[in-house]
Amino acid sequence: MTAPGGISVSARDLTRRFGDFVAVNRVTFDVRRGEVFGFLGPNGAGKSTTIRMLCGLLAPTAGEATVAGFDLRTQAESVKTRIGYMSQRFSLYEDLTVEENIDFFGGIYRIPSGRKRERKEWAIRMAGLSDHVRTRVAHLSGGWKQRLALGCAILHEPPILFLDEPTSGTDPISRRSFWDLIYSLSGGGTTVFLTTHHMDEAEYCDRLGLVYRGELVAMGSPRELKDGFPVERAEGIAPTLEDVFVSLVEGMDRAAGPVAEVRG
Amino acid sequence: MKARRLLAVSGKEFLHVRRDPRSLVLAIAIPVVLLLLFGYVLTLDVDRVPMAVWDRSRTPESRELVSRFEGSRYFQVAQRAEGYPEVEEALDRGQVLAALVIPEDFAGKVRSDRSSVVQLLLDAAEANTATIALGYAEAVVSGYSSDLEVRWAHAKGLQGIRPPIDVRSRVWFNTDLESRNFIIPGLISVIMMIIAALLTSLTVAREWEQGTMEQLIATPVTAPELILGKLLPYFVIGMMDLVVAVAMGKYLFHVPMRGSLPLLFGIAAVFLVGALSLGMLFSVSTRSQFPASQMAMAFTFLPSYLLSGFVFSIDSMPPVVRAITHLVPSRYFVKVIKGIYLKGVGLGTLAVDTAPLLVFGAGLLLAATRMFRKKLG
Ligand SMILES: Nc1ncnc2c1ncn2[C@@H]1O[C@H](COP(=O)(O)OP(=O)(O)O)[C@@H](O)[C@H]1O
Ligand SMILES: [Mg+2]
Repeated sequence: MTAPGGISVSARDLTRRFGDFVAVNRVTFDVRRGEVFGFLGPNGAGKSTTIRMLCGLLAPTAGEATVAGFDLRTQAESVKTRIGYMSQRFSLYEDLTVEENIDFFGGIYRIPSGRKRERKEWAIRMAGLSDHVRTRVAHLSGGWKQRLALGCAILHEPPILFLDEPTSGTDPISRRSFWDLIYSLSGGGTTVFLTTHHMDEAEYCDRLGLVYRGELVAMGSPRELKDGFPVERAEGIAPTLEDVFVSLVEGMDRAAGPVAEVRG
Repeated sequence: MKARRLLAVSGKEFLHVRRDPRSLVLAIAIPVVLLLLFGYVLTLDVDRVPMAVWDRSRTPESRELVSRFEGSRYFQVAQRAEGYPEVEEALDRGQVLAALVIPEDFAGKVRSDRSSVVQLLLDAAEANTATIALGYAEAVVSGYSSDLEVRWAHAKGLQGIRPPIDVRSRVWFNTDLESRNFIIPGLISVIMMIIAALLTSLTVAREWEQGTMEQLIATPVTAPELILGKLLPYFVIGMMDLVVAVAMGKYLFHVPMRGSLPLLFGIAAVFLVGALSLGMLFSVSTRSQFPASQMAMAFTFLPSYLLSGFVFSIDSMPPVVRAITHLVPSRYFVKVIKGIYLKGVGLGTLAVDTAPLLVFGAGLLLAATRMFRKKLG
């Protein structure tokens, strides 16, 4: 289910404060159905806070958002039936085996008994965990844990997937197979909202929001961003996303002054 | 609420318990150890209480009363006294724990069919021993008293016998005067309360601490599914503890069970839901294992030990304390379990004490479910 016009996620002036501190400041954006949308920004920019609000885990202080057509303020529980979420910190059960974790989430999402087996095998194959089905999660390496977390998040075929730094701490090969999977999901109509602080990885996204200190400072496809922000560079060398980001951020820091600098 | 989700939560929780040696010990080993420890060490049986006797009557009647104390396995006449100073000194020095004073007019009153009074002085520094010794002394005196009446009736050629005087319920319901018989049932209720609350106090808090709750609250699982699903394995463990405790009571301590076992398990189930929900409430509200388990300990151990009537009689508490005991669920369950064990009473009599248990169980379960928030921060 998607809102009219094929918009899966829509945020308007979404804001979250922790006491006096504004972690996410009036963020406005739309994510279209089947799009891979990335939130790019350094640590502490407010990426996790935004994703947690969109998943209904954290109440916004102000602003509004709809996810899969449901109003986040009044229908957060309905949102949770339409999404898959993979948190930044690994949060599956270490004392359970791979299979037990998958079975648990299969039960929680009430995957129909006819499809249960097929979905489970698919998740195990996709995560490359066929040899470790009965291994306790505590004994898995970081990369495999992340694959399992992803497997559990997509087990119930959610139309919208929220992934918080899904590839941090994994090797290049895992990262590559991860992106293959993302593209195949997106090709099948799944909307993917992910966060990253890797500039190179951001290039793979259909569209990007650049976030810094709780604010969305620029938005567009990687191409648009690189073309739209002239950066001083030696003749003949194309600017990278990093160049765009750094020049934007430097402009902001200059405007904000030294007090804000300490804050960051 | 969906059964499928509830069972998924239960199954997972059961695996946690099975894989965590700490909770296995807490769930199974500790109840058994507590029962053995309290059952053997803390049983309040008093044997051969040393006592002083001052027989001011010096008559066959008074001598017979004294000989009954001498014949009782619970007393040992250690000293013959002449006068109160001597009695007091013996008590003060701890040479005797009790003293019997028979008045001068004892035989005269007994012969003339008027009720007579004997004085029993007890060293109440050890309140439990004193209470129990008092019970035994009452039994000895009333035994003598009813024998006298039978004799009196025969002498008058009467068929009927006057009702015996001064028979206290304590002695009545625990006829062989085995304190184990009322310690073990009470102990079962205390152990169930503590273990149940401790086990559940850790469960939700652990998920918040380990971060797994963040994943869980992003799913459609509802608060009742999560709370009930998490309670279920601990409910099974609690009932298993009860089976073990009842079996130990029967085969190890030879506590007679006069009432209905299904009734005991039925009311125990209600009590258990309350105890589990109390621990869950602490777990849900603190989101942190250490304070939750501390609270579970503080709110169950002392109240269920001191204020439940398990060891200390509620009737002899000061009014304020007695009023507080009404808020302690164990109070009702101790009464129920003793009633079933010692008197064999049925649901009709126990309804008064089962109703508050239902209120506690339902109230605490509802509170734990309502307190659970599917939100961070
Ligand atoms: N629960 C919280 N209480 C107080 N401050 C918080 C809380 N969660 C996040 N923050 C702060 O909000 C800012 C943004 O955090 P976060 O969204 O996690 O950033 P990112 O995911 O982009 O690294 C950080 O400065 C962080 O310290
Ligand atoms: Mg983050």
